[in-house]
Amino acid sequence: MDLARRLMAGDVSAFDSFVDVFRARVAHYTYLMCGQREDAEEVAQETLLKVFQSFDQLRDPANVRAWVFRIAKNICHMRRRRSVFAPERELSLDELRPSWSQDGDSRKLDIADWSELPDRAAISSEWSRMLHSAIRELPDAYRSVVLLRDIEEMSTRETAEVLELSEDVVKTRLHRARLAIRQILDRHLQAGAKRATEGVV
Amino acid sequence: MTRQECSEIFAMLSEYLDREIPPDLCDEIERHIEDCPPCVAFVESLRKSIALCKALKGEAPLPPLPEAVRTQLLDAWRKSTTGAQ
Repeated sequence: MDLARRLMAGDVSAFDSFVDVFRARVAHYTYLMCGQREDAEEVAQETLLKVFQSFDQLRDPANVRAWVFRIAKNICHMRRRRSVFAPERELSLDELRPSWSQDGDSRKLDIADWSELPDRAAISSEWSRMLHSAIRELPDAYRSVVLLRDIEEMSTRETAEVLELSEDVVKTRLHRARLAIRQILDRHLQAGAKRATEGVV
Repeated sequence: MTRQECSEIFAMLSEYLDREIPPDLCDEIERHIEDCPPCVAFVESLRKSIALCKALKGEAPLPPLPEAVRTQLLDAWRKSTTGAQ
């Protein structure tokens, strides 16, 4: 990353941009992992302090994001108040699989109609709240993967490095986390459709 | 199409959407999906769910960083990069 490269070269003009970028990203990750805004800000500051204190140990600027998040993950882990969110457990594919039903001569999956859902550019505050809630319901091991892969948009390799997991485990957990979020949103959509139908009747 | 095929594909959908599977397997999944309306609907719901998560990036702005904290961070960086004690 260019900011890290400039900081390694002693360019003070990159300092504030680096702080702004990583403070916001780490705080968002921590907020969704720990559940407290105050904790998120504190963890972000503590992370940046550790990052700058050991900046001379950063060898590859291209690896800076994984390095920063690994420090954040460890701080977050030490502080985390267990049982704030869902207890730790495994998610199985079977519990995330939708059921089938017969519709006349054909079979169909029992899922909501997603066609009316806004695209990512038009996400409403209601959907934002719903998504945050769905993410918080995930067990920690799955939540950390989906935060890094889908919100921070890290690669599988980077995520594996931050969380100290194999890439295969990252892929497995990511898929199950995504399916779990999809399932929660699907229930929300189905409940909304049911309310709308009852309202019409 | 059989439910067995749908079930096997169900387990690989994230890797398919992320293009992290070999091209021949990707083609095989696409051939199945083209002919399977339930899978089309499910893949679309998963794709939209992922897109919504990605849209959360950048939410929750923070208050300005206190100046004392900024100074502490700047001092730490300077000490580290210059080797000053």
